[in-house]
Amino acid sequence: MEQQELLPHLFRAEFSKITAVICRHFGFRHIEIAEDIASDTFLAAFETWPYKGVPPNPTAWLYAVAKNKARNHLQRNAIFQNKIANEIINSGINSEEIEIDLSEKNSMDSQLQMLFAVCHPSISAESQIALSLRVLCGFGIEEIATALLTNRETVNKRLYRAKEKLREEKVEMEFPGVNALKSRLNTVLTTLYLLFNEGYYSESQESIVRKELCQEAMRLMMLLRENDTTNLPAVNALLALMCFQSSRLKARKNNNDGMILYEDQDDSLWDEGLISQGAFYLHEASQGNELTKYHLEASIAYWHTVKSDTPEKWKNILQLFNQLLRFEYSAIAALNRTYAFFKVNGKEAAIMEAEKLNLTNNHFYFTLLGELYSGIDMIKAKLNFEKAMELANTNTDKQTIRKKIRNLQV
Amino acid sequence: MLTLNYRKMEQYALIMRHEDGNKVASPEQIQTWMKQTMDWIGGIAAQGKFVSGTGLPFDNSRVVRPKNIVTNGPFGDIKETIGGFIVIKATSVEEAVEFAKGCPVLQGEGNSVEVRRIAKDDGIH
Repeated sequence: MEQQELLPHLFRAEFSKITAVICRHFGFRHIEIAEDIASDTFLAAFETWPYKGVPPNPTAWLYAVAKNKARNHLQRNAIFQNKIANEIINSGINSEEIEIDLSEKNSMDSQLQMLFAVCHPSISAESQIALSLRVLCGFGIEEIATALLTNRETVNKRLYRAKEKLREEKVEMEFPGVNALKSRLNTVLTTLYLLFNEGYYSESQESIVRKELCQEAMRLMMLLRENDTTNLPAVNALLALMCFQSSRLKARKNNNDGMILYEDQDDSLWDEGLISQGAFYLHEASQGNELTKYHLEASIAYWHTVKSDTPEKWKNILQLFNQLLRFEYSAIAALNRTYAFFKVNGKEAAIMEAEKLNLTNNHFYFTLLGELYSGIDMIKAKLNFEKAMELANTNTDKQTIRKKIRNLQV
Repeated sequence: MLTLNYRKMEQYALIMRHEDGNKVASPEQIQTWMKQTMDWIGGIAAQGKFVSGTGLPFDNSRVVRPKNIVTNGPFGDIKETIGGFIVIKATSVEEAVEFAKGCPVLQGEGNSVEVRRIAKDDGIH
């Protein structure tokens, strides 16, 4: 028996397409039906392919089965409604006329519309992420729970409530109108940014899961890029940021699934392909005169891909952080700015800048101070690292700090 | 020698039983199971001992009982459902059991594979 190798993650990828296309057909209210039809399609494959062999065109087979199941569902529903309501339904029920269009164009459009439907401002960011993972990335409940470090019940509840809320809001599968596009796109970008970060900074021990979250976020970004309406500077900027960051995914990971910090990374492991892709998108992002925080973050990430530790590099990073902080303050950006400030102006000046931040409940703050005092005042350095140790809540962070304390004593 | 071996060979059905056929699996999980099932069957086929097989879809299944009672089933009232079966060739039930042990269905708690010899059609059992 000649067996054809299936593409890895084929079912997961097709789940998103089939669900989106059928959901567009049935209406967003019936999203569960679309999910069920997609799942049933893979079960049908599971019941057939191992015995009869994988069909020559697996995707076409899946689409044919999905279409049939969608048609059968509509027919059954029509019979049911006829019997119960005793009324003749004649619009769109004739099974011959139902055309489920799974062409590449339509499946891309449908997935984009699904992205806008799911990333709706009426539900929380974490619900948007969970729902995206389910319907747009084809993750199962268990897989979402692992990815988001929570449990099945929480995920189920979150998905259920999110769908209910979207139904209440009468969310449809459609592109937002011209006026709403910008603000709706912002919500989508925030969610994809968070989805990526969930993978990039996650404490999850499973590095495969982390990597997949990053890849899924990038895949959905590509969908936005490939559509003329949404191929906007902010989209390219965020995609560039993701490329630059993921270029270091391999170098960040040690053999025990621990984290290797930037300054200790083997830069020969940085992915040059992703870096040049990022540079391309960043260039695309600078067409026009829109400047978003993603532009700044992508530019900062770009400078981090420059291997040599030149004054120019850190001067640029410092200026970019100055700008970013004016856009949107965050403690982590303030701390990173101070690190860049130290690289440009030296430790003494940076200590003065750092102490103004007064982020006394943040362990990164004390880690930074410990770092800055190292070589200047060993006692203060140690004290700060110890405070950081008290505040750190993840093993990775604790390990990092412990190592820094050890290095002090050498 | 070959003919002799062939004569001694009998056919067995390996019947896969699931404790909960209604469980929803993720697309990734289904694909993993499918690959494992293909590898399992492929391994038997590579020894020239695979005869045939089929999955038994759960959807649109019915259970018929005395007095023309038909239910959508088999879920709900019985715990175990049959997910599919394959027919293999083996020289002994022990050999058939060895094949059954490799069945990916057995990764699921409560699942089982039943090994049954297929009656010969020459009337001599």
